[in-house]
Amino acid sequence: MPNLMAPPAAQEVGRSYGPTAAVPLMQVHQLVKRFGTLVANDHIDLSVAAGEIHALLGENGAGKSTLVKMIYGLLQPDAGQIFWQGQPVALPNPRAARKLGIGIVFQHFSLFDNLSVAENVALALEERVPLASVAEQVAALSRTYGLPLEPKREVWRLSVGERQRVEIVRCLMQDPRLLVLDEPTSVLTPQEVEGLFETLARLRGEGRSVLYISHKLEEIRNLCETATVLRHGCVVARTDPRTESAAGLARMMVGGEVAQVRHQPTCDKDAPVRLAVHGLALASEDPHGTSLVDLSFELRQGEILGIAGVAGNGQDELFAALSGEWLASKAEQVVFDGLPIGRNDINARRRRGAAFVPEERLGHAAAPRLRLSDNALVAGHATNGLVRGGFLQRKHMLGWVDAVTLAFDVRKAGRDPEARALSGGNLQKFVVGREVLRRPKLLVVAQPTWGVDAGATSLIRQALVDLAKEGASVLVISQDLDELFEIADRIAVIFHGRLSEAQPVRGLTREAVGLLMGGSSTPPTPRCAT
Amino acid sequence: MRRLVLERRSHTPLALTLASPLLAVALTMLSATLIFAVMGHDPLNALYIYFVLPLSDAWGLQEVAVKATPLVLIAIGLAMCYRSNNWNIGAEGQYVAGALAGAAVAIATHGQPNGPWVLPAMLLAGVVGGALYGLIPAVLKTRYRANEILTSLMLVYIAVLLLDWLVRGPWMDPQGFNMPQTVVFEPEATLPLLLEGGRLNLGSLIMLAVVALTTVLVLGTLKGFEITLVGEAPRAARFAGFSEKRLTWLVFAVAGGLAGLAGTLEAAGTVRQLQPEFAVGYGFTAIIVAFLGRLNPVGCLIAGVFLAVTFIGGENAQIMLQLPLDATRVLQGLLLFFVLACDTLLLYRPRLLHNTHA
Repeated sequence: MPNLMAPPAAQEVGRSYGPTAAVPLMQVHQLVKRFGTLVANDHIDLSVAAGEIHALLGENGAGKSTLVKMIYGLLQPDAGQIFWQGQPVALPNPRAARKLGIGIVFQHFSLFDNLSVAENVALALEERVPLASVAEQVAALSRTYGLPLEPKREVWRLSVGERQRVEIVRCLMQDPRLLVLDEPTSVLTPQEVEGLFETLARLRGEGRSVLYISHKLEEIRNLCETATVLRHGCVVARTDPRTESAAGLARMMVGGEVAQVRHQPTCDKDAPVRLAVHGLALASEDPHGTSLVDLSFELRQGEILGIAGVAGNGQDELFAALSGEWLASKAEQVVFDGLPIGRNDINARRRRGAAFVPEERLGHAAAPRLRLSDNALVAGHATNGLVRGGFLQRKHMLGWVDAVTLAFDVRKAGRDPEARALSGGNLQKFVVGREVLRRPKLLVVAQPTWGVDAGATSLIRQALVDLAKEGASVLVISQDLDELFEIADRIAVIFHGRLSEAQPVRGLTREAVGLLMGGSSTPPTPRCAT
Repeated sequence: MRRLVLERRSHTPLALTLASPLLAVALTMLSATLIFAVMGHDPLNALYIYFVLPLSDAWGLQEVAVKATPLVLIAIGLAMCYRSNNWNIGAEGQYVAGALAGAAVAIATHGQPNGPWVLPAMLLAGVVGGALYGLIPAVLKTRYRANEILTSLMLVYIAVLLLDWLVRGPWMDPQGFNMPQTVVFEPEATLPLLLEGGRLNLGSLIMLAVVALTTVLVLGTLKGFEITLVGEAPRAARFAGFSEKRLTWLVFAVAGGLAGLAGTLEAAGTVRQLQPEFAVGYGFTAIIVAFLGRLNPVGCLIAGVFLAVTFIGGENAQIMLQLPLDATRVLQGLLLFFVLACDTLLLYRPRLLHNTHA
């Protein structure tokens, strides 16, 4: 295969946009990766010029992570070739990639919680450097690139945004030519996102390249001059995102139109209160968890209340306390339709008309190796008439699966497959549909569209909006501000286990929510517009 | 260059679930052939003595049923533990504890005018004794987070030594010429035989009833689903509102109770007294039965019969080929090894890949 030995001409890989050097910094040519029968990367071409911020766009499962792992030497391609500054290179491991000048910041950080920032950075260095000089370099880098960090602080004391800065500084220590960022903004507040963009602009100014992986279209239009769009493992477009509309980029990613969620935010102060939480305090059972501190809010009928916040600020604990997986210390701390239920278990709450969708699809909402009919039983054995006198009613269970499948367009092989055989989006439609179809009076849902494709996302959000329109109350715990601004009527922010006062979405800005997510005190209250 | 890789299956075909234990049995037979050949025996003849001869006459069949009864009873209880991720290794101790409780009734009523209530009382005492003994590791686990593998196993030695002390001390038969054994139980305290000329007794029928009941429990009831869900996904079980702690107590009590029932049936039906050799290892062999039987009561019945055949076959081989009893243990160990190895095939698909990269 002679064409593997020489870099392909630019025409072969398609035209390049934006600032082009004569030779691209990094180029992948016809890269293929298979997992069993699934072709995760199907003859991918990608070319990153020096000094450009290149977006890699695609839905979950489009093959972005697989491609990046091959570029970083974590996976080996089944076919194809990677070129670095025009030369074919083999990347048997991450060390080889780092040696070339490739640095990567993964979505899930790999830091030692009990070590300091400088120690974490020092551990990743190839050569031995005294800790004091590492700390100096960290301090210098963080000044140069606007990444404020305290080298001596232990990582467990840092916020999520600060941890990401540690990862970025750790990469910069190696003086990389190409920095890969995997969904970097999904855990950041809007203010932190702005800071990150300034850093990236500075890196570009030095002639470094950035490969920026995201599915957030507005960000990419503001930041990147070139975008490669993946769908089902194939490159479907190369474009300049600044000349495209967000809707146009979404069409490329999804391969069709995505239904817009129809929602009119309401602010009916006279609607009866459905769920009232008063002074809820709960010590976390998880040693690394966040305890809830004196948390209060009210949720009215027909209302969607969004709880924003950076992950790890007490969302899991709040969900557990509302669902009854953990009991409150006093029954009066959680009041549902006037009845104190803080000491009732999850099934007693379900029987009163509450329903719950936890964040983790596999393992929490559903048992991976059990069939959907059994998984219908997980949430519905106490309420849905699936059990009579202790005996399972298999016919009813299957009927319930059919009903959810029909109402929520769950795509699956066969009538009753194991939960793990479904794609993320389809399983999420099932676990949300399983609750919504019961027509609950109260639905508490955590991260309803985390890692879910665009079609499923819009269907799920519309279902939540429609449920509230029928008079139900919906509490959405989400890290995705776009989601909350799309469907919520009011938004509160959870930070360090405390909840801010809920504000009507009308008149609320992302910046104001972002400040609260970062822990600043309450901004001036916009009044409910009537 | 080629290499073998294991790919995770998206779902497990039913046929494979059934084929996997059969493959394990076949591989065990193959290994047995090799072992017999190495030991200088005609492998075919040895296999015949091991696996066919026990099933070829009425006496052998009765013996198979007698051996299978405790194995199946214990294995069903263990299967419920293992389904819910409770690793109870101490069935042997629960078996002995149950037998001691049952025998206590027989010995206390010995030589007195009794009615037909003695046998039911013995069985009840056996179940309760085994269940209470099984609850010890459950409570240690849920209260102090003590590892149940260690605690249940250590409790085996305590039970066996307690048995040893009792039959040499307080419970020793005064007319037994100082032999370490209890009195021979009276007819009211023994299980009726089902057939003339053998040892098959009511215990085997009780075992079949337990198989039927637990099959309905595991496959058809919410409690059975709870057991499975706690094992498959503990957080989902919590989300379903099931208490892992209470379930741990329940499965240990059931497993202990069934092992205790097995112990009492063995004492009242087959041995009819207690001796130090009473604990022959049914509680450990039942672990193999549980896994070979796919942690399912009917499967345990089939697997229990198969293991019982190897016991009788082993005795035959001891007599006819002068093979040591340890040879039987080696076969049983190999069987467990192959069962667990073949289960990998349920979760993973082996594939031979051509490696294009030099």
